[in-house]
Amino acid sequence: MKRWIRDGDVVVGRLDRQEAAVVRGLVSQIQDMLIARAEEAPQDELAELTGIRTGPSEAPDDPILGRLLPDFHRLDDDAPDPDEVNSAAALRSLHEPELLDHKTGAAEVVLETCSPDGGEIRLSIAQAEAWMASLNDVRLALGTALDVTEDMPDELPPEDPRSPHLGVYHWLTWVQDTLVEAMMP
Amino acid sequence: MTTPVEQERTQPEAVGEEVAAEDRPWQTVVWNDPVNLMSYVTYVFQKLFGFSRDHATKLMLDVHHKGKAIVTSGTKDKVEADVAKLHAAGLWATMQRSS
Repeated sequence: MKRWIRDGDVVVGRLDRQEAAVVRGLVSQIQDMLIARAEEAPQDELAELTGIRTGPSEAPDDPILGRLLPDFHRLDDDAPDPDEVNSAAALRSLHEPELLDHKTGAAEVVLETCSPDGGEIRLSIAQAEAWMASLNDVRLALGTALDVTEDMPDELPPEDPRSPHLGVYHWLTWVQDTLVEAMMP
Repeated sequence: MTTPVEQERTQPEAVGEEVAAEDRPWQTVVWNDPVNLMSYVTYVFQKLFGFSRDHATKLMLDVHHKGKAIVTSGTKDKVEADVAKLHAAGLWATMQRSS
């Protein structure tokens, strides 16, 4: 991977076959998690009639999905304000279907534009923004799974089970950062 | 973009914590997290809210150093929409009543 370059309305990057496999594999996994969450949403006839969808009112138990789909209020872990708990549930139910659409759609853009063979990637500005958001979701998921901290070292001790995965995380950070740099107005 | 650039530029203090006018009863808060890139957070603030590079960078640095920043304020509907957009971008955002 070389850094992304913006040429007018096109953003160009290049991944080799192995890098493309890593990106596609991780983006697909996140997309699958999000689709599974969407399928848990309550189905009702009224929603089908009106087209107004409602999502679940409860936050996901899974910490990765929890980070990708945050609450609308900062709830105190020990003594949450009951009004805010109710409001957060209502807001989640209202907004989560659209958020899931947005995230699965961004993942789809990556999968459509990143060939499994690798090679040059040419993106419109809108597609580049989908890549940024999708790479960010992958990093949020990996960061949550690896328990990444602000002062995370470049490498962990070899005996740390997270050690092999941290390299992928740092590489994705670099890929996202050079994309942001290319896109910065 | 929900907020015109010029309006934001001429009222940079309007998003400060000390301002809690009746017409801005709700606030959008962005929290620090160890994953989101400083460059990306700045980009998102510029893109979503039409902030200048300087203003977006200042808010990003507040998030980074102080743990959070109030990025917009206004009616409940406006702030709710802003939080939804920040969630779509992957930022950790919540809404609260102005105190």
